[in-house]
Amino acid sequence: MTRSARRTLRTAGAGTAALLALTACSSSDSSDTKSAPAPSSSAKLSGTVTVFAAASLQESFTTLGKEFEKENPGTKVTFNFGGSDTLAASITGGAPADVFAAASPKTMAIVTDKKDAAGTPATFVRNQLEIATLPGNPDEVSSLKDLTRSGLKVVLCDRTVPCGAAAQKALDASNLKLTPVSYEQDVKSALTKVELKEADAAVVYKTDVKAAGDKVEGVEFPESANAVNDYPIALLKNAPNAAAAQAFIQLVKSAEGQKALSGAGFLKP
Amino acid sequence: MTSGDEPDAAADTLAGGPRPGRARKTGPSRRQDRRLRGRGVPLPLLLPALLGLAFLLLPLLAILVRAPWSTLPDQLTSAEVWQALRLSLVCATSATLVCLVVGVPLAWLLARTDFPGRGLVRALVTLPLVLPPVVGGVALLLALGRNGIVGQWLDSWFGITLPFTTTGVVVAETFVALPFLVISVEGTLRAADPRYEEAATTLGASRFTAFRRVTLPLIAPGIAAGAVLAWARALGEFGATITFAGNFPGRTQTMPLAVYLALQNNPEAAIALSLVLLTVSIAVLAGLRDRWMTTS
Repeated sequence: MTRSARRTLRTAGAGTAALLALTACSSSDSSDTKSAPAPSSSAKLSGTVTVFAAASLQESFTTLGKEFEKENPGTKVTFNFGGSDTLAASITGGAPADVFAAASPKTMAIVTDKKDAAGTPATFVRNQLEIATLPGNPDEVSSLKDLTRSGLKVVLCDRTVPCGAAAQKALDASNLKLTPVSYEQDVKSALTKVELKEADAAVVYKTDVKAAGDKVEGVEFPESANAVNDYPIALLKNAPNAAAAQAFIQLVKSAEGQKALSGAGFLKP
Repeated sequence: MTSGDEPDAAADTLAGGPRPGRARKTGPSRRQDRRLRGRGVPLPLLLPALLGLAFLLLPLLAILVRAPWSTLPDQLTSAEVWQALRLSLVCATSATLVCLVVGVPLAWLLARTDFPGRGLVRALVTLPLVLPPVVGGVALLLALGRNGIVGQWLDSWFGITLPFTTTGVVVAETFVALPFLVISVEGTLRAADPRYEEAATTLGASRFTAFRRVTLPLIAPGIAAGAVLAWARALGEFGATITFAGNFPGRTQTMPLAVYLALQNNPEAAIALSLVLLTVSIAVLAGLRDRWMTTS
């Protein structure tokens, strides 16, 4: 609840508050199947697809969801965006979801280990880290090493979440020791601290930098190649609406879906 | 019979919390209350009451049942746990002290003076109670952050930045805990007879002396109750803290934050940490409750 509230708030800043509040509300209510007495043929997809997806997928999946609803009239896609670990925990805890898209194989494994996924998860995109700095990069950050400079306020994701694990991997690979001012609980809150100018830099995903627009400036660093995250997607075993869920996964993996995802900054698998 | 004792204890806590006037009843009458209550409890009251009690206790019971007792010593001897616990206690106590310093006068102002817009002020004072803590954290960032409307002056004039510091944790905790103290003290002040103060002033005491020598001792139990509530709220603070002060072990990582992050990849550790927080909270609430009850 805390998370969804924060998420809603963050996006309010981005200017899509009304839309997000709507998805956030409906995602908590999975029984909300819009089964209007419409004269639809039996082969057509209908009902609600509930997608649990990593926070970093928020922008691109929201777009794909609308696309899916347009292509399949009568369907509705509701999202629950959050930290992959938290989402995985709610799925294994019995949350009624159709699709799970995680930010790392490790978090997907939480679900597959409990045999809650139907079939094998497929990697559909990859994500690379980038440094987010204040607009105009006033501190002239040009490498990962620059972040270790004293006096620079850097936030990292906590090691327990995928973006933090990846950042740590990149730092270890280049033998750098970095003491941040804070280990944030997910990638979006790390970015928010830079957007609000409370921190000077954060190590986040490329896609997040892109989604933040001109509120932050992205600095690529070569070490990020050592810490690329695979994003797996899977149909869930107890999916209430398996047919439509399968179709949504197909859309994500299709050329059209991949185009939307790479537009958001994701890499092809 | 435990199920018979516990509703009594819970009812006492409630009466002693926001309305300490009732807690100051003399011994015999309280005992009488208890006897009366034990004799004829209507079933339509008893059943929902027990249901409510079970609902409150069940999650706590679940923690006890699921606690990893065998690995508990290992989970709890790590330096981070003690660091987080110590920080939690220090910050919650500091926040309570700040609440006392500014909250008691604020409550006095609301209870004893009349000024235009007092109703609105009272509503605003209680706002952090209903505000989602994360919203509180964001508001604090926008006000006191490095780039905030007040924070930027703190930064440029004094070089003080609050986010990501232990002081920031205290600020966030004070923000959410202050209403508890103000409401509690204001309620006690309204229940306390102002004629004692008036008598003191007619005898030559200044308004402040009357407050210090007459009012303050009179409402001490209410202040203690409010302080305990504020302390407990501060100890459990999560949303505003992680938003405003961030999360760094030893500096801003309090127990609730440690629990939340442990839950991401080590649920057993999270349960163990929850158990510690639970024990500390119960110990202090129980201990202090007895103390303020006996002061009367």
